[in-house]
Amino acid sequence: MGPQRARQKEKKKRKIRLSKLYTFACVRPTLEEGDIITPLGGPGFSRVVFCNEPERHRIKPFKYRSNYVSTTKYNFATFLPKALFEQFRRVANLYFLFTAGLSLTPLTPFTPGSLIAPLLFVVGVSMLKEAIEDWRRFLQDREVNSRKVKVHSGYGNFEEREWQNVRVGDVVRIEKDQFFPADLLFLSSGYPDGVCYVETMNLDGETNLKLKKTDESTLNLDGDEEFQGFKGEVRCEDPNANLYSFIGNLVYDNLVHSLGPQQILLRDSKLRNTPFIYGVVIFSGHDTKVMQNATDPPSKRSRIERKMDKIIYLLFSVLVTLALIGAIVFGIRTKFHMEDWWYLRPDEPSPYFDPNQLHLAVFLQFVTALIMYGYLIPISLYVSIEIVKVLQAMFINQDTHMYYEELDKPASARTSNLNEELGQVDTILSDKTGTLTCNQMEFLKCSIAGVSYGIGVTEVERATAKRLQKSIAGIDVFHSNETDAFLTGETGVEMMEKPHIKGFNFKDDRLMNWNWLSQPQSAIIGMFFRILAICQTAIPEEDHMGNVQYEAESPDEGAFVVAAREFGFKFFKRTQTSVFLRETLDPTGKYVEREYKLLNLLEFNSTRKRMSVVMKDENEQIFLFCKGADSVIFERLSKAGREYEEATKVHLAKYGDAGLRTLALAYRKLDEAAYADWNDLFIKAKTTIGPDRELKLDEAADSIERELILVGATAVEDKLQSGVPECIDKLALAGLKIWVLTGDKMETAINIGFACSLLRQDMKQIIVSLDNPEVTAAGDLNNKEAFLKVCKESILEQLTRGHQEVSVDAGSDAVYALVIDGKALGYALEDDMKEKFLQLAIRCASVICCRVSPKQKALVTRLVKEGKGRTTLAVGDGANDVGMIQEADIGVGISGVEGMQAVMASDFAIAQFRFLERLLIVHGHWCYKRISTMVCYFFYKNIMFGLTLFYFQAYSNFTGQTLYNDWFMSLFNVFFTSLPVLALGVFEQDVSADICLEFPTIYQQGPKNMFFSWARIERWIANGVSSSIIVFFLTVNIFQHHAFRESGETAGFEVLGATMYTVIIWAVNCQIALATSYFTWIQHVTIWGSISLWYIFLMIYGVINPVISSTAYMVFIETLAPSPIFWLTTLVVGLACNLPYFVLSVFQRQFWPMDHHIIQEIKYLKRDTEDPEMWAKEMKKAVEKAKIGFTARFEATIKQVRSKVHRRQTNKKHSHDSHELQ
Amino acid sequence: MPSQGASTSGVNNGTSTRKDSKRPKSSAFTQQELPACKPLLTPKWVITIFMLIGVVFIPIGVAALFASRNVVEIIDEYQTVCVPGRYTTNGEREQFIQDVNQDKHCNRTLTVSKLMKGPVYVYYQLDNFYQNHRRYVKSRSDKQLLDGNATDTSACKPEQYLSGDLAIVPCGLIAWSLFNDTYNISADGQQVTINKKGISWKSDREHKFGNVRPQYFPNNLPRDLNGSLIGGASLDPNTTVSKPFIVILLNEDEDLIVWMRTAALPTFRKLYGKIEQDLAAGSTLSITINNVYNTYSFGGKKKLVLSTTSWLGGKNDFLGVAYITVGSLCVFLALLFFLVHWRYPRRLGDTKYLSWNQHASAN
Repeated sequence: MGPQRARQKEKKKRKIRLSKLYTFACVRPTLEEGDIITPLGGPGFSRVVFCNEPERHRIKPFKYRSNYVSTTKYNFATFLPKALFEQFRRVANLYFLFTAGLSLTPLTPFTPGSLIAPLLFVVGVSMLKEAIEDWRRFLQDREVNSRKVKVHSGYGNFEEREWQNVRVGDVVRIEKDQFFPADLLFLSSGYPDGVCYVETMNLDGETNLKLKKTDESTLNLDGDEEFQGFKGEVRCEDPNANLYSFIGNLVYDNLVHSLGPQQILLRDSKLRNTPFIYGVVIFSGHDTKVMQNATDPPSKRSRIERKMDKIIYLLFSVLVTLALIGAIVFGIRTKFHMEDWWYLRPDEPSPYFDPNQLHLAVFLQFVTALIMYGYLIPISLYVSIEIVKVLQAMFINQDTHMYYEELDKPASARTSNLNEELGQVDTILSDKTGTLTCNQMEFLKCSIAGVSYGIGVTEVERATAKRLQKSIAGIDVFHSNETDAFLTGETGVEMMEKPHIKGFNFKDDRLMNWNWLSQPQSAIIGMFFRILAICQTAIPEEDHMGNVQYEAESPDEGAFVVAAREFGFKFFKRTQTSVFLRETLDPTGKYVEREYKLLNLLEFNSTRKRMSVVMKDENEQIFLFCKGADSVIFERLSKAGREYEEATKVHLAKYGDAGLRTLALAYRKLDEAAYADWNDLFIKAKTTIGPDRELKLDEAADSIERELILVGATAVEDKLQSGVPECIDKLALAGLKIWVLTGDKMETAINIGFACSLLRQDMKQIIVSLDNPEVTAAGDLNNKEAFLKVCKESILEQLTRGHQEVSVDAGSDAVYALVIDGKALGYALEDDMKEKFLQLAIRCASVICCRVSPKQKALVTRLVKEGKGRTTLAVGDGANDVGMIQEADIGVGISGVEGMQAVMASDFAIAQFRFLERLLIVHGHWCYKRISTMVCYFFYKNIMFGLTLFYFQAYSNFTGQTLYNDWFMSLFNVFFTSLPVLALGVFEQDVSADICLEFPTIYQQGPKNMFFSWARIERWIANGVSSSIIVFFLTVNIFQHHAFRESGETAGFEVLGATMYTVIIWAVNCQIALATSYFTWIQHVTIWGSISLWYIFLMIYGVINPVISSTAYMVFIETLAPSPIFWLTTLVVGLACNLPYFVLSVFQRQFWPMDHHIIQEIKYLKRDTEDPEMWAKEMKKAVEKAKIGFTARFEATIKQVRSKVHRRQTNKKHSHDSHELQ
Repeated sequence: MPSQGASTSGVNNGTSTRKDSKRPKSSAFTQQELPACKPLLTPKWVITIFMLIGVVFIPIGVAALFASRNVVEIIDEYQTVCVPGRYTTNGEREQFIQDVNQDKHCNRTLTVSKLMKGPVYVYYQLDNFYQNHRRYVKSRSDKQLLDGNATDTSACKPEQYLSGDLAIVPCGLIAWSLFNDTYNISADGQQVTINKKGISWKSDREHKFGNVRPQYFPNNLPRDLNGSLIGGASLDPNTTVSKPFIVILLNEDEDLIVWMRTAALPTFRKLYGKIEQDLAAGSTLSITINNVYNTYSFGGKKKLVLSTTSWLGGKNDFLGVAYITVGSLCVFLALLFFLVHWRYPRRLGDTKYLSWNQHASAN
């Protein structure tokens, strides 16, 4: 064992100590001054974990929860009661249960089956849906729970175990790119200094890797066999939801070590860039911080459904009123007349009609009426809506336009409740990384020595160019340089044939293939590449083929080293003190290996906004290479170093506007003596202990990062997903507002804002952050309360200033963008300020929130949802978006990349952001119109039918006798009127999908709720009332008491009932034909089929046993069909009751047409093909006034160019005039 | 299209290799692109539809009106005149009716104003009689009517058993309250036969009522003055007045079958019989009514109706009026629509009506 061990140590030595790379000790003290050190063991801090002794956690009091995670709502035992409870929380269902229960008593006017069956169906379908959804969750849980991890099983052996079997106290070994199975105490890693990189994208959405560090005491536990006798005791806080704090102690080797969040690895984050780590499980299963953060998925209901509830309540009150009226009249009639009606044997009354127990009789009558008028409240509406929505969802899933070929993922509507809500969205809240972007940085352009290189185009430029080509005609600025650039850029895309290199999308023959060597500025170009290759902190990994991959802390740094590699400066090895490059300086591929000694590394951070390395090359020349934000670099240039400043600035502005992430590169030559002086200063600063340390370090770094010489600038594209700018543009044109909420830092967020055309150069940015001198000054005072106060005041002041700014420009075209930082947002979301924040945000064209935590995302979403009262849609891909997705009215998950949490929490899952366009503008619009028409129609239909029941009561003493046969009644909603409305709900299209997309403004019919407004609902209800009156009174008067056919018979119950029912069937089915504008064979079959079905039913029902069919026996064949009056009544009454609707809609259409009417007409007359110019012109106008998106950007550009041209012309004219004058 | 190159470039390599792809089926149905007819209500169509309705409906209405007008109807309300004048209130009249010792025959004389072509239908019309009361409607046993011995006749309560355990056939309130006034008609002194066959529906006779002999029915026919209740006609040969000594099976008793088809409205007529001969205009009908049915307790009228029929049935202008009204309304709407359209014309598909163009002009 000895020699083996020694060899291992040896191996370890060769590894670099990462922490050495960081000058400013990468691990800062965990406890901030001012924090009270909480006594461990006290309340809230009672947890004790015996490391490596999981068996001690089998018994109380140290028995903690297992690592089994369950996110299901139900289990086998609780499903039935819980799901039933959920179902009967709906008032309507409760009512139906009540009626179904009563139907078993003699009170019922109907047969019990006709009431119980639909209820069973409704509840059954909903419960089945719940069960399926829960089953899916269970499968997901099982997948997670059965993931494998290596666990110490004793004697230094590690064995694979499923996650669910991992217990508190277990020592686990996690390999690179694995997820942590529980919250772990970090003991040691593959790096000798005990650091590791962690990707927390699933937790907070930040794409930067985070560095964690072990406590010094456990550093040596870095091999399997070390754990043979390892024992330690952790005392720490109880499980809680705070991701960023941890308080605890480790007792190890009889010493107490304090632990902080730096030593904790959280479940669901991922080990990156580190070969392996060891850790001890301290929180498992539901005790982990990420699970503590999880909230139960809320059940969402669409706006239409919520409004529907109100209508149901309205109808409820109508129902109760009718029942009450009926019961009272019944009571009066019974009291005063019952004894006269000898044929009812009043001397032997039943309780239902007993004038001597009037109260009881009236009450029972009231209950009967409640059941009978149940037709006003369509239970079938719920059934039908469920069915329609499931079918709609199926069509959403089936849409090939939303299928993502590369990942083989179609869109999926995970809950069907919200289809129509998609048509009413007002604000979209979008995550950035993984949603708008692919989280892929690509080196796209650079500016070296004042010359811009790189002809690649960004998504925005591509989209703008496309648009430009479309609208070339008639635009006089067409030949401006900018558009030329776009168009040439376009050709650049076609040339893309070489295999794509991740992180590198640079195309320019002047630099590629060693052509740069023949450029006039080749020396500077070489320096530029060298800076890229050396001024970085990436770790190279060379495989046996000599290919080098890099592990970089951030993807843009990765892009730089890759770019340098592609240009011939291959960084392939890093040691503690040196960086090694293979420099290929001629096209033949010959290379020289060079070593650059790293003297110092001045780390990047958000205040410095730059990083530098001081290095010595093989000629013993000392250089300082520096890269950083342009503003920072430019102020540090020497006089001589400003040669390319102007040109570079122009390029930077252009890159920035295209949404590229830019950094400026500069260098400085140092002589030995000056460096030595500075190094002394720096070492002194480094060894300082105390609060001044950082200040001193900063000062030291600052003193050398001066007198720089500018070399150029880089432009890296944070690669957008394909089609994102077009999609955003289309959504903006449809009148949707888009907010971006990202965990990334402000600069990145702003870049993406530009890339997506959410921001433009000519927009005025209102930036709200705590990054200002007052706050920093207050932060230094160590007075927490005062600090908070200063922060708050600062934010308030910034918001107020924003308001003023916006108000001043209220009338003008000025467009504002609000960019707010996470910390600032924390204050802005406080109760007393959030209204102000929201008002400001609403007045800005785009809103970008950066560095926001998952919780803040959810809070912002709630603020928009509740503050604006409009529908919000949240779209995201990571676990950090779950809160937002759950909080929003509609949550959309991007199912493209790994990690399913967002998708699991979402209502709709799509593979790409761009599918949102079709999901909303086509499916949303359709579903909204379908469901709203359908619901209105349902109310119409049932009000009409229900009221005829009521009118008849007036003729029969309100005794609860119905005019229709029982089976007619129960089949009304199920058989004769259900299919057409389902067809309408599933297939209706006011305009085709293409037109929806071409005329985005039509989408606004949804958010403005034009088809489910109270006015419209009232009109439909009025339609139902008028139709019922027409049907009932016309039919009754036509039949009366005289003979209704030549052979002298008079009409009884069966004739009047069946005739009136026939008329109603015709009326409601013709009504839906009138409401339909899109007839496929399905509509024809369902509408005319339903009517035929009625006759067929009547015939079949009429010939079966009279004991069953009772009043309907032979009624059609013998009685109705041979009587002309039956057919004539059907015709005149059926037509008359549709007349009001028909007249109204015809007049409205003709004299107050809506957009879709006109478009239907244009299509109908084929004017779009005859006059394509007009069509194109209208298409262009059919947009909401968008302030974001590339259309707006494009218009702004044209406007600028025009005014420039105009100014030039007027200037010329002026000078011309003045010349003439002279 | 070069602009799409970027997004579709990666696509082609995927399709051929992948076998169980989740790619949705691309059919007209799944993509919601089925061929569809999109009818459009253009002004031409609207006017045509309205006019068409008018053109079709008005003649139908006129024809229906004619048919109704051609029906000859004689109505005689007799519930008051057929009770001796000394009984002035309905209460007294009720007592008179229920008195078994009183002769309740009553003679009426009517004149036929217009030729009544046979068959002339004889109806009795009752008023304020709730055959549609829920208790009444339910009070029957279809099963028993068909085979005579139903086990469950609970719906018939209280006319279910006679003196405790003798099952009444036919049971229930409807049968029990059978109308029992009788009419005897002679025209100009000549006896007119009233055919009582074929007044009920064939299906009822054949399938709803069986060869069932009435039993224990009714239980409480006109008692004396002390008996407070009185039901309808008797089917028991021993007690009946109208059909002495004839035992009629249920499916032969068409009066009962007609009565058992309950009326939907409180005013109703039921067929009493047919006169298979013409009644000449001006001839005098003398009618002997046996006025025994009690409508006095609830103040209902009783009417004897003689009526011919047309192809539309009896005399009722309502259908014709309805047709003419709807027809003329449509003609009117056609004109109105035309006028408004003529005054405020709108070209089909005129883009200026699009909301965005309206906003533009408003600004």
